[in-house]
Amino acid sequence: MPAWALGLLGLVVLVALVEIAPRIGLVPRRWFPPSSEIGAELVAQAGRPEFWTAVLQTLEGWAIGLAIAATAGVLLGLLLGTFRFAREFSASTIEFLRPIPSVALIPIAVLLYGNDLESELLLVVYASFWQILIQVLYGVQDVDPVAQDTARAYGLGPWARVRHVTWPTALPYVMTGLRLGAAVALILAVTAELVIGTAGLGQLLNNAQSSGAVAATYAIVVVTGILGVIVNLVFRAVERRSLSWHPSQRAEVAA
Amino acid sequence: MSVLRRVGMTLGLPVILLAAWWFASAGSTSFFFPPLSEILDSLVEEWFGPRLAADVWPSLYRLAAGYALAVVVSLALGVLIGTSRTVRALTEPVFEFFRAIPPPVLVPIFILLFGLGDGMKIVVIAFGCMWPILLNTVEGVRAVDEVLSDTGRVYGLRGWSRLRHLVLPSASPQIYAGLRQGLSVAIILMVISELFAAENGLGYAVVQAQRSFAIPETWAGMLMLGLLGFLLSLLFRLVENRQLAWYHGLRRAQRSS
Repeated sequence: MPAWALGLLGLVVLVALVEIAPRIGLVPRRWFPPSSEIGAELVAQAGRPEFWTAVLQTLEGWAIGLAIAATAGVLLGLLLGTFRFAREFSASTIEFLRPIPSVALIPIAVLLYGNDLESELLLVVYASFWQILIQVLYGVQDVDPVAQDTARAYGLGPWARVRHVTWPTALPYVMTGLRLGAAVALILAVTAELVIGTAGLGQLLNNAQSSGAVAATYAIVVVTGILGVIVNLVFRAVERRSLSWHPSQRAEVAA
Repeated sequence: MSVLRRVGMTLGLPVILLAAWWFASAGSTSFFFPPLSEILDSLVEEWFGPRLAADVWPSLYRLAAGYALAVVVSLALGVLIGTSRTVRALTEPVFEFFRAIPPPVLVPIFILLFGLGDGMKIVVIAFGCMWPILLNTVEGVRAVDEVLSDTGRVYGLRGWSRLRHLVLPSASPQIYAGLRQGLSVAIILMVISELFAAENGLGYAVVQAQRSFAIPETWAGMLMLGLLGFLLSLLFRLVENRQLAWYHGLRRAQRSS
């Protein structure tokens, strides 16, 4: 059997297991609805305008946050990467700030912005910024010194060197950073909605759970998973298209 | 001189930033931004005082239990799945889906299934951080060097010793990449799982402080979380550098040749 057919079979088995397990009492039926009920609820949700508003709100927070993080991460990464002193001087600070879990910012986000979009953006930007910055820094360090010297010998100015030497080398890393950042940004967008109560899928989920709508809770979780899969697929496709010239795309590399 | 320069380079910016924070906030009367001295007082008195045993240890215990559970399950499953092409193809889309679910949304579901106790929190942490570990293990096991694998077979390396001396070492760089990702997910979930009807824990205490508008305590709790994240990643790097010393050496040798 080809791989895609096996994969499809795997999904079918999963759906079947979720259908059967609660029916034969393997898991409590009351808290774990069979997949047919979750599916019916999904269809019902898809018919409601509030659901689509929530999806759009989640995507809005995700996209704005990711755009801010990407701009800041790329600019700062190029700047720090180009000047050796700046890179060495900031290394320890970056190493300290990066592992700080972004959820640590939840209290201050709530205090400052309540449950407005800014709260969500603060978490999304903080979490995805580091992913992108670190990749850009790796990328800039990967620049071939011979190419750099050649460009200098041909009289290219600093701006032209960044444009024609540094940027093309760093681009694959930027793309990897964007893909990682996009996934993290989605996680934090939904988390902020769930915990802080900014408008979106996470808030819808919280409402469903606290009002005892069990099937709806599961349905929304499935939707967030589907969104996550779509984000991954889109960014992988963009990565492949924009880098079709790059050697890393010819052989599959392990991330 | 070079030692002095390195110390200056490492500590320079952090010292400048902390000093800037200290002096900028010194006379602060703003409600949301108390002076750093107050925050540090509260950090020492509260977080390194009574809260260390009451809130920090329970959090760390759940983190350790959940992470350990995820590691054991993912390594065992990862080796099994990685060695069979059929099983890999069968499970890949399912795992991709589970990995794509933002882990915090599982908290409401696990509350339904497991209640509000420690068990729920440990399961949330384990389930959330197992996917990066599992998928990286599968990938690492799949990519075992073919010549090495054949050589091992010729020499009669089988079963446990094959796993111990061939498969796991050659997959370990990938496995460590997954373990590192998993650790940061685990810390996030440790905090998130304590925001829902918990009785103790770091996440619970910080949010409690924020809701009662105890601003210096809130800031101190955030610093504590940051410190914890930093220390755990430092610890992780120490272990990784020890375990993967051979790999980093190999990479350096390949790059300089």
